[in-house]
Amino acid sequence: MDNERIDQIIDKHQCEASSLIQVLLEIQSENHWLPKEALERVSEKLQVPLTRIRHIATFYKAFSLVPKGRHEIHICMGTACHVRGATRVLDTVQDLTGIKPGETDLELKFSLETVNCLGCCALGPVMEIGGKTHGKMAPAKTADVLKNYE
Amino acid sequence: MSEILLQIDGKEVGATEGMTLLEAARKVGISIPTLCHHEKLEPYGGCRLCTVEVESRGWTKLVVACVYPVEKNLVVRTRSEKVDRIRKMILELLLAHAPDAFALQDLAKEYGADKDRFEKEASFCIHCGLCVRYCAEVKKKNAVGFVDRGTRREISFIPEIAAKECWNCKECFPLCPTEALQAAFVLTKALFSPPHPGPEPRG
Repeated sequence: MDNERIDQIIDKHQCEASSLIQVLLEIQSENHWLPKEALERVSEKLQVPLTRIRHIATFYKAFSLVPKGRHEIHICMGTACHVRGATRVLDTVQDLTGIKPGETDLELKFSLETVNCLGCCALGPVMEIGGKTHGKMAPAKTADVLKNYE
Repeated sequence: MSEILLQIDGKEVGATEGMTLLEAARKVGISIPTLCHHEKLEPYGGCRLCTVEVESRGWTKLVVACVYPVEKNLVVRTRSEKVDRIRKMILELLLAHAPDAFALQDLAKEYGADKDRFEKEASFCIHCGLCVRYCAEVKKKNAVGFVDRGTRREISFIPEIAAKECWNCKECFPLCPTEALQAAFVLTKALFSPPHPGPEPRG
């Protein structure tokens, strides 16, 4: 992500220091992570100390300071999904992608995270990829779903 | 400015509006233990060690003296049984993080806190924020800040700023209630470890 695009996002928020989180969220959603250079740029433009930006960026789980894959997989480990076999879904995804929860593969294709409830327990076990929810997952179905992502 | 009268440990104390209980107590020579308080810095209320019992309109409650503003007719007790019990607990919890800190050991002796009560989790930092706030408020350099949250929260220097500013300053080291070990260690780590994209990824 280049400085020009970051400046555009910052200008959209009128260079207000109070919009810091909004700016970071937009960079995060476009770039999938917050590179150090981007944080430095934001710090300079918004006149917010880098220590504060880092404090915020490490506080919220929505932000990532390490590269994330193009598709973020969230597998629900909540009670309802758990009893319906979320562990097996997780195992399958781990086998297929070769990454563990919290990791990203080398091609930056997938990032894997476990979450505690996605709020649609009737669809369990639930897997969410890049914001799209896939319900009633089973190990075999998981493979079919993952194949659709490039 | 109008004078506010209140009672601290049975003593009548006059204070001005906007003062904190801690300032009012210190003015008349009543000592309240603190770890995160520094007169040059804004009140923070991080260590909770200055907890005191406050009575107003027949109710008692526990408040933190370093951030609680004085009020008319307050009755404050700085060494009640309840307060001592709470301070003892706070000290025991802090000692799990910094078992060798002299400041904590002295206080532990006074309040009868057992430093082995909780399993040691020596991070040497008790999150008082003195170094972080001093750097931001007094020096205005913002070389050190907190990262992460909850049990993983720790101080961290920004290598680029630290390399320029810290060698000639180091004023945050003697502020540390756990004997400056942690800030020195983290600073050295920030300056001499190879650059990496940021804090370690969270699990």
